[in-house]
Amino acid sequence: MSDTAVTLTTKKDWASDQEVRWCPGCGDYGILQAVQQVMPELGVAPENTVFVSGIGCSSRFPYYMNTYGMHSIHGRAPAIATGVATARPDLDVWVITGDGDGLSIGGNHLIHALRRNVNLTILMFNNRIYGLTKGQYSPTSYVGKVTKSTPFGSIDPPFNPLSVALGAEASFVARTHDLDRQHMMETFKAAHAHRGASFVEIYQNCNVFNDGQFNDITKRSVRDDMMINLVHGEPITFGSEVAKGVSMGDDGTLRIVNVDDVGIDNILVHDKHHHSPSLAFALARLNQDDSSPTPFGVFRAVERPEYSSEVSAQLARASEKSGAPDMDALLRSNGTWVVD
Amino acid sequence: MTDTIDHAETAEVLDRLVIRFAGDSGDGMQLTGDRFTSVSASFGNDLSTFPDFPAEIRAPAGTVNGVSSFQVQISDHDITTPGDEPNVLIAMNPAALKADLHRLEQGGTLIVNTDAFDERNLEKAEYYSNPLEDGTVTGYRVLRVPMTTMTKDACAPHGVKQRDAERSKNFFALGLVSFMYSRPIEPTLEWISEKFAKNEQVVAANTAAFKAGFNFGETTEMVGQRYEVKPATLPAGEYTSITGNTALAWGLIAAGQLADLPVTLGSYPITPASDILHELSKHKNFGVRTVQAEDEIAAVGVALGASFAGHLGVTTTSGPGVALKSETISLAVSIELPMIIIDIQRGGPSTGLPTKTEASDLNLAIYGRHGEAQLPVVATKSPADCFDAAIEAARIALKYRTPVILLSDGYIANGSEPWKLPDISTYEKIAVPFATETNGTDSEGRDVFHPYLRDPDTLARPWAIPGTPGLMHRVGGLEKQDVTGNVNYTPDNHARMGELRADKVAGVARDYGATEIMGDEDADVCIVGWGSTWAAIDSAVQRTRRTGTKVAWVHIRHVFPLPSDLGDILRRYKRVIVPELNRGQLCNMLRASYLVDAQPLSKVAGLPFSAREIQHAIMEGGQS
Repeated sequence: MSDTAVTLTTKKDWASDQEVRWCPGCGDYGILQAVQQVMPELGVAPENTVFVSGIGCSSRFPYYMNTYGMHSIHGRAPAIATGVATARPDLDVWVITGDGDGLSIGGNHLIHALRRNVNLTILMFNNRIYGLTKGQYSPTSYVGKVTKSTPFGSIDPPFNPLSVALGAEASFVARTHDLDRQHMMETFKAAHAHRGASFVEIYQNCNVFNDGQFNDITKRSVRDDMMINLVHGEPITFGSEVAKGVSMGDDGTLRIVNVDDVGIDNILVHDKHHHSPSLAFALARLNQDDSSPTPFGVFRAVERPEYSSEVSAQLARASEKSGAPDMDALLRSNGTWVVD
Repeated sequence: MTDTIDHAETAEVLDRLVIRFAGDSGDGMQLTGDRFTSVSASFGNDLSTFPDFPAEIRAPAGTVNGVSSFQVQISDHDITTPGDEPNVLIAMNPAALKADLHRLEQGGTLIVNTDAFDERNLEKAEYYSNPLEDGTVTGYRVLRVPMTTMTKDACAPHGVKQRDAERSKNFFALGLVSFMYSRPIEPTLEWISEKFAKNEQVVAANTAAFKAGFNFGETTEMVGQRYEVKPATLPAGEYTSITGNTALAWGLIAAGQLADLPVTLGSYPITPASDILHELSKHKNFGVRTVQAEDEIAAVGVALGASFAGHLGVTTTSGPGVALKSETISLAVSIELPMIIIDIQRGGPSTGLPTKTEASDLNLAIYGRHGEAQLPVVATKSPADCFDAAIEAARIALKYRTPVILLSDGYIANGSEPWKLPDISTYEKIAVPFATETNGTDSEGRDVFHPYLRDPDTLARPWAIPGTPGLMHRVGGLEKQDVTGNVNYTPDNHARMGELRADKVAGVARDYGATEIMGDEDADVCIVGWGSTWAAIDSAVQRTRRTGTKVAWVHIRHVFPLPSDLGDILRRYKRVIVPELNRGQLCNMLRASYLVDAQPLSKVAGLPFSAREIQHAIMEGGQS
């Protein structure tokens, strides 16, 4: 696929003939709809698109996309996708993972795919629970979470997925949620447009094992006061009745303030391109529990050399320097002698 | 080479020579052995080498644990092993003497660096009296040479610091044996100039030391008789000296060329496999992509992803890595994609003996996966053979769309031998028919692609790679419906798919051709070998036959599935002996597969067999 060729498709072209088998009411349906709906807007062809997933509820995703796809092994999707993308920089490679798949069993592969900046669009469905294995706590479950494997409450502090991604030098980091199709589509579009590894955390409701996990943030009635929409170049504000914003205190920490109290000039202006990940990191950790307002949108988007392109460039340089492949010359490269 | 010819009149001719360089890990013994080998190779000797070194990069200096050795056999005739017992041992310090003296043949030549035999080094080697004086070395021809002192003296005029000069003493030793065994000196002098070109001092020191060693041999009475090993009468052709890991890397590159497919290697550094990663990383102009992954699991993931995308995916590792890759290999079995997994076996279990050889991963390779997950396993037998073995593994993987495990071991990987260069143009191309068209219709009569509609002959499924319009499909670890590849959990389908996968792999054996029986086909005893035991079995069979005892020998390249004529062959023999560097893994397989009374000859000591051990087993049983 060349970057300039635009392929005309419809949403239908992206749906496979397979029956979707998530639990009725699962947040995954909304995400699937958003992905299938945004694909025609990307101008790419289904045959040049690959979805790779690990194991977990979300990882059934590739079966429902009419593209090339692999439902692989628990946690390993970023590694396998790295192989696909490195071999074929011409392809659009998407990784579908969950909080258990991506941050627990596959944490190592996730951070290294981000570090290498492989051209992958990684969608992490975060429902803070193990759904497929019927309800154990996950690496994003909060302390105290009572599940089948933690009848007295979880004692493991959770990961903040965006902190992990930023710590792993991710060049694109975003968050969206399963109730807002438009926001998901915008976010996926931006993630796809980014050359390099794009990491998108999606708050996703598991209505069977962890229902309402994000209600305090994403429910319509609280959204305006609990969700912060990050817009590049704009002051970071939110709030229904009282205009609130995010400002930086003298000690460098972020705090929620009333805009009227500090003045709009003292509200942080979002800069997703900032060379330092510090602001994105602080924003990612604004809601260390669900009682604080939570930022959504693109936290960080910076240009960094992309892995598969660098690999290709080395190959091109080697060809330039050493010429066309010559097996006979290779066999003689360590010196030879002749026996008559 | 003129210097050799000058002395040739006085040199006594040997038909073969086994020489072992032993010293501290920091003494440069591997380099010294390599140089002696290269010179002998280009001189025209046949040869075989055995580097033997500790896992620690710098084990405590002067201790037996820190001894690094390099054994090489050179000969004027065709040989396959580095020799059972060295004729000559160079011991650079007391620890080396302690570690290796027992290997030296009775009456053999022992060359010691007497400067290293001080109280401190003796103590480190746990000698409580000086072995050069207390009778320990009685029965050997001992050359006592103050190598360190003489190296320092030789270097002094070149302004080399004493401390730096001392580090050149391995070149003094090399110079001395170069004289004693009539090796040409020019190639080594040239090599020193090139290798150390960036540091004039080092060139000067090594050159001075090398010449001093050579001249010491020439001018002192001590050395006595000079020896010479004439060039071997090898088949005419162009030769290079090659290690197993280099040959494997080149074989993979050749396989990519023959199949017209880019090679993508995913690998994580591990002894003794890392050199394949190093070698392949150099040859990017062949379109070879190498990814040093974050771990073993990612490495095989990269390979499988590359295969899915239409490359020849390869991963290289050793036993502990194969264990980690097992789940992904099972996925490759399930999604039926070509992939090569190379296991350079080493002593196990666990970290075991990372730098020592063993062939104890056979069961792991054949059975080491969850579920019914058969795959072909190919074994290489010698350093040069690795080239063809890699091509064979690729051929099977690509034809049958299956992961293939290729077994080598530390002995093959680091050992070297002369290799008559093949004419690559005579190698058969490897056909890779990517699917480009739909191959079926759905219930409504529309053209569709069935990713599991198999080739009726090979049972291979079509390989449709991303970028191919109209053939989009999904694969995964869940059981697939026959033909359509859709997820399917029904009992009959699972049984059928399991059968198809097993039949496909079993069918690989149809490509082998008749099993070759070497030696005396009409003997009572048959040796069955696989892997690197080839060299020792070859010598043992030759020696046994020279005594007038008949012996047959079958060496197995394809350890899974086994050749279909093997059972009938083995049933013809009264005795079947299976020498293995494990506790009888192939032997058990033969017994289980064919109900033959195969007997194991096991060695699990981190060392290859000696020919004598195998010959002994043949003869001993014959008398009973």
